[in-house]
Amino acid sequence: MEWPGLYNYWIAIFLMVTGLYLVMAPQNLVKKIVGLNVFQASVFVLYITMGKVTGGTAPIIAEGIEVYSNPLPHVLILTAIVVGVATTAVGLALVVRINESFGTIEEDEIRELEEAQEDAS
Amino acid sequence: MSHHLVVRVVAKLLMPFIILFALYVQMHGDFGPGGGFQAGVIFASAFVLYALVYGMDAARKVLPDGALRIGLALGVLIYGGTGVLGLLLGGNFLDYSVLAHDPVHGQHYGIFAIEFGVGLTVASAMATIFFHFAGRGANLDEMEE
Amino acid sequence: MGMSAYLIVRLHNLFAVVMVSGVYSLLAATFFVVVDAVDVAFTEAAVGAGISTVLMLGALSLTKGREKVPSRPAILPIIIALATGVALIYGTLDMPNYGDPDAPIHQHVAPTYLADSKPKTGIPNVVTVVLASYRGYDTLGEVTVIFTAGICVMVLLQGRRRRRKAKGDTA
Repeated sequence: MEWPGLYNYWIAIFLMVTGLYLVMAPQNLVKKIVGLNVFQASVFVLYITMGKVTGGTAPIIAEGIEVYSNPLPHVLILTAIVVGVATTAVGLALVVRINESFGTIEEDEIRELEEAQEDAS
Repeated sequence: MSHHLVVRVVAKLLMPFIILFALYVQMHGDFGPGGGFQAGVIFASAFVLYALVYGMDAARKVLPDGALRIGLALGVLIYGGTGVLGLLLGGNFLDYSVLAHDPVHGQHYGIFAIEFGVGLTVASAMATIFFHFAGRGANLDEMEE
Repeated sequence: MGMSAYLIVRLHNLFAVVMVSGVYSLLAATFFVVVDAVDVAFTEAAVGAGISTVLMLGALSLTKGREKVPSRPAILPIIIALATGVALIYGTLDMPNYGDPDAPIHQHVAPTYLADSKPKTGIPNVVTVVLASYRGYDTLGEVTVIFTAGICVMVLLQGRRRRRKAKGDTA
């Protein structure tokens, strides 16, 4: 197997696993959202590296250039990035509201508060 | 941050260039990297800078909530309207070939209109989101005083 | 990028985490330039490194700056994440090599896009043409998503801050 081989997928997978861990492990909601962003970026890397053609150039048609990289993943990821920031914003807004009603952004503390509330009622 | 003179002056100097760059990215998206999404974000970032340096009240005076709301809806309306216009002129939904005398020009106009709609919505959405986060902090400060 | 991802895991100061995630986005953007995705790199630099960092700092200023350090390391998430990683790496063994021009992804609609977009629209940037014309429905959907997100944040964060009430507190 010559050099680049499958390394691009493995980089994406390393980032993906880190993102997955960051979504699952921390109790802190803001850190979970950062983890979600890491995960998202890993998917972007996966798509974009799949679209690369050896010897190709950016898909802007110009004279004297024959080989272009695949424009389709670029389009998909371009929109995905902007939608990603939109979902991040909604998630952060929810975190802010949770902090206002519970006074904490740690998941286990929120759960304890909710259970205490259910017991009281 | 409003007491730092250098920051205030430099921010004021930078504003027109950021907006000019956003417009360049918007218009030049057909020929180089860029387009509505990027232009919208850059345009919004100019107002984010303004809000950070001069405070939320000044920023709201420049860019009132009502205007942002109209921009938010108008962008989607331009996008959908371009599609419906194609429909009325005898093509398919979002088919721009019928917008002008020949298909190539029609496509060009259509893509331009669409990118404008995208840019307007993205800019308004980003500014709205930031203003609401920052505005909430300002509200809290007032209440604590 | 891997290094900054690892830092995000290790750091407990949330401000530092947000700044490192900005660095991570910027590195991702430079990486996208290297693999020919200039439009994507532009967007990632503006959105990922710019706006999202500012938004997270805005959210942090409304919440707390430090994460509670966990008393014991979380074993189960590590096992699940590693198992997923191994399964994914096993899955890549059948994938085409990086930059292979004969990969299936380059055989489907992409050649048509590259060949037809300039003659049909007169616009040299294929990404713009595919975005706005060939996949116009998709982009309409994305714009609607952003519109909805803007309205969501408006609804969630408008109004005055209320004190915690004993009843009707269902967040």
